[in-house]
Amino acid sequence: MDALLGQSINLDAAVLLMVSFAMISQRRILSLVHLYTLQGATLVLATTTVAYLTHQDHLYVSAALTLGLKVVLIPQLLHRVIDRLDVRWDVEPLINIPTTMLIGIALVVFSFNLALPIAQLSSSIARATLGIALACVLLSFMMMIVRAKAIPQVIGFLAMENGLFFAATAATNGMPMIVELGIGLDVLVGALILGVFMFQIREQFDSLDIRHLEKLRESEDR
Amino acid sequence: MSTAAILAQFLEIVLALAGAPLLLGWVDQWRARLQNKSAPPLLQPYHVLHKLLVKESVVADSASPLFRMAPYVKFGCMTLACAIVPTLSTDLPLASAADAIALVGLLALARTFLALAAMDLGTAFGTMGARRDMLVGFLAEPALLMTLFCTSLITHSTSLANMVQSMAHRPFVLDPSLAFAGVAFTIVSLAENTRIPVDNPATHLELTMIHEALLLEYSGRHLALMEWAAALKLFAYSCIGLALFLPWGIAEIDAPLAMITAVPVLAAKLAVGGILLALIETVSAKMRIFRVPEFLATAFLLAVIGLLVHQLLQG
Repeated sequence: MDALLGQSINLDAAVLLMVSFAMISQRRILSLVHLYTLQGATLVLATTTVAYLTHQDHLYVSAALTLGLKVVLIPQLLHRVIDRLDVRWDVEPLINIPTTMLIGIALVVFSFNLALPIAQLSSSIARATLGIALACVLLSFMMMIVRAKAIPQVIGFLAMENGLFFAATAATNGMPMIVELGIGLDVLVGALILGVFMFQIREQFDSLDIRHLEKLRESEDR
Repeated sequence: MSTAAILAQFLEIVLALAGAPLLLGWVDQWRARLQNKSAPPLLQPYHVLHKLLVKESVVADSASPLFRMAPYVKFGCMTLACAIVPTLSTDLPLASAADAIALVGLLALARTFLALAAMDLGTAFGTMGARRDMLVGFLAEPALLMTLFCTSLITHSTSLANMVQSMAHRPFVLDPSLAFAGVAFTIVSLAENTRIPVDNPATHLELTMIHEALLLEYSGRHLALMEWAAALKLFAYSCIGLALFLPWGIAEIDAPLAMITAVPVLAAKLAVGGILLALIETVSAKMRIFRVPEFLATAFLLAVIGLLVHQLLQG
């Protein structure tokens, strides 16, 4: 039973990676939020499994925190932002999707190679998944780069935090409680601030395209 | 080569030829039911085949011998493909004729002949269909190969019979790479069998069709062979998927009597698979033709990730 649970962590890691790729290939903002929720739920599952297998009780707390924040609260926040901004339509990424996916494969190869020597040093139960966690971080980072609109970028940022959290669980069986609490609250505050920020961008430019932010000079017509 | 092996081979070919239209009828029936339409009878594909076989075959004056040859080549390729996939037993005399890579080549040969025959008459629809079919084909093939490599990496063999055998015998482990490969294989089979997200098998609408456009100029027994071959292709793909990812219940060399139970097991697996296919076709919308490369790129990507994940987690 324990062996099967150990393998289920690998499966969770694979699901996380699959969700990261699904996010990259997704044009619809609403589906992005659903994918983010799914990613959070998988993370909860993986953390709980690690907690059960290693008998580390503080990981249960952090799993509960993840459930509350990343599966319930932040997706609800995002849904509300999407409703108020009325941005349900498709958004085209800056680079076309097949190319992005090929770059994604390269990133996965890179992070797997990078993580291999580190994972050998670690003695935690899910050390083999460190490469996958790193790949998730890099993929979310790439998503922030290739999207022009503000909401996908915010979701990319939140997904990157999910990847980091999973990396911490995989490599070290979880960080100290205070660090996890800090990061969890940081993400919540970050999401709130970015939500306000999105309204501001929209008010200023009548669009959520952050390329408008690149124009620094004050122009006459505005 | 034992008598049991020859018998298994013979039984497999007969089962494929007789059962493929039934599978098609089953999928059509379930799709109609799920869409709240009145379902066609289960044996409808047989009636269609019979109707086409007794009808006269009309061939255009400008057609070259290739046009007449193509249905037979395609039908032959698909029959051979069904013969080398271990559906009932892994002890098959023909299995040594082609491994998984040659099987992909065999499917490509059939596709090429079909596309050439469609272009042969120079009609606009035939050419359009041929080009679209080749577009789907050249994107689906690498993904299919990668999926097969993923499983052959686990089993250390490219022979389908050996792959299925060692998949059935290894201890049960949750293998993420197989999950990736399974999803990729599903996407590829949807595209290769011209099912809904890529092509609608039930329409003759000019702008969307792929498979039907290729067959527009065929009639009578030629068309019957083409339709039968398409059913065989669906059967072959379903059986490859079932054999690789759910390899239980297939007879082996030391237990030929297991073939008696292998037939109902296969029927049950195909029945469930057919319902799932109908369900996928019901819940998804047909995508624009230029979204198809994206769809198939996803399959390729998943298969490659499957390979990588296998390396990472085992290494």
